[in-house]
Amino acid sequence: MKALEFQNVSFSYGDGAFAIENLNFSVEEGEFVAVLGHNGSGKSTLARLSDGLLTLDKGEIRCFGIPLNEKNLLTIRKDLGIVFQNPDSQAVASIVEDDVAFGPENIGLSREEIGKRIDFALRATGMEEFRRSMLSRLSGGQKQRAAIAGVLALKPRMMILDEATAMLDPKGRREIVEVVKKLNEEEGITVLMITHFMEEAMLCGRAVVMNRGEIVMQGTPSEIFERHEELLTFGLALPRIGVICKRLREGGLNVPDVLDPEELAKEIASCVS
Amino acid sequence: MLKDVSFGQYYPVESFVHHLDPRVKIVFLIVYIVAIFLAKEFLALGIAAALLLLALIVSRVPLPKVIGALRGILFLVVFTATVNLLFYQGDKVYWDAPAVLFEWKIIKITQEGIIFSIFLVIRLVLLMVCSSLLTYTTTPVSLTDGVESLLAPLKWIKFPVHALALVMSIALRFIPILMDETQRIMNAQKARGSSLDTGGPAKRVKAVVPVLVPLLVSALRRADELGEAMEARCYSDGKNRTKYKKLRFTWRDLLAFLLGAGLLAGMIVMRYFPVFAL
Repeated sequence: MKALEFQNVSFSYGDGAFAIENLNFSVEEGEFVAVLGHNGSGKSTLARLSDGLLTLDKGEIRCFGIPLNEKNLLTIRKDLGIVFQNPDSQAVASIVEDDVAFGPENIGLSREEIGKRIDFALRATGMEEFRRSMLSRLSGGQKQRAAIAGVLALKPRMMILDEATAMLDPKGRREIVEVVKKLNEEEGITVLMITHFMEEAMLCGRAVVMNRGEIVMQGTPSEIFERHEELLTFGLALPRIGVICKRLREGGLNVPDVLDPEELAKEIASCVS
Repeated sequence: MLKDVSFGQYYPVESFVHHLDPRVKIVFLIVYIVAIFLAKEFLALGIAAALLLLALIVSRVPLPKVIGALRGILFLVVFTATVNLLFYQGDKVYWDAPAVLFEWKIIKITQEGIIFSIFLVIRLVLLMVCSSLLTYTTTPVSLTDGVESLLAPLKWIKFPVHALALVMSIALRFIPILMDETQRIMNAQKARGSSLDTGGPAKRVKAVVPVLVPLLVSALRRADELGEAMEARCYSDGKNRTKYKKLRFTWRDLLAFLLGAGLLAGMIVMRYFPVFAL
């Protein structure tokens, strides 16, 4: 089943130019897809169109087979959660637990059910120990994990991360990527990860490159990274660690694509020993 | 400088006061404020202060925290006390000295003025300590839940109580964020050579503009982002909404309520039948 499907979708912010033009794109249920693109490539517009925060001009969007329209808006928003970029402007409440409760409260669940969902969401994001913490005292990575928990409490079948790691330090970025990867593998949540960090795309099953509102490349991360000359023309550079992994493989060392130097060091060590 | 602003900051420990129903705490605060303004003698203020001190000890909020909150109103206290000290007219004599101690042009320091100023300072301090005790011991969410529940009768005249409560909760949530932001913008402007604490009043006011404008712009941008995030999490008009936290009135609340009621009654009696009248 297709988790998300764009059919001939066009959208303009009203300035004459199309932010997204005639886009055809789909994500299968259970997939982990990265959307890459430099600033202004239309990748964030894609996220906002998906759950009706922006209204498309032409075409059709379906989420788990349900067409996106005024009537189905709430159903789709339950199935499709979005985590945004800024860790400081997504939370409504000051305490982690209260903020995670916001979504379930909105859809009118009972207290017992909300409690269960908070337990689930905090466990899945590894935030149990911060249940009663003030959000303003947490690190960027922890705040974003709380934001993921807030979305997770609605039990979505798919999650879009709209540059959710862009404002974090490397440690925070790693935390988020690990949590999301786990959610995809263990909870079977379909993930669409919008990012401009090429490293993050290496963990995904499929990568999509956008440029000027169009999809210009598609394939597995290794396939995409093979065409690094082409990537450069879209304003994207291969991550240095990716280049190193690739060279090592070419040199006969069987290392997988990894995110950070420490991990790579471990992989190399296990290859050598 | 901005780190001093501790209003609306919850202090997370477990205590009797923390576990009180927020409605009781809000009503208690209102009653307390009324009571200290009814007080006309030091004994009455003393009783009120003793009660507050008891609440403070029970709440396990450290004293430095409370004193920190007082720093925010230091200017206000000093200002009102000075004005009253210098201009209060009165001819009562409290100790062995002339009623008017010092007089120069319009300035007139009287015995009654001194007593009155001290009285006023104690009142303001008690008021501030009591309100900061409320915010230290109550999470913003239960505070807004309390307000929402207390204002519930207004729903009857179609007043958007829920929306108001949500606005309040978001405002409290954004206080620390906007504080940090202000500090950041101020540093950025300082790095570019602007000075916020030199020059005459006109120059200082002018120097604030380059801080306020970016702060406003960023607050609007945040509001926009927050709106999107709330919508994406299924927020619509607040109808059919449920609450995770339920307010419960227990024996502790009854006790606090009775203490508040007792204080108010005592203050009213002491107002009309003073023990040591001033």
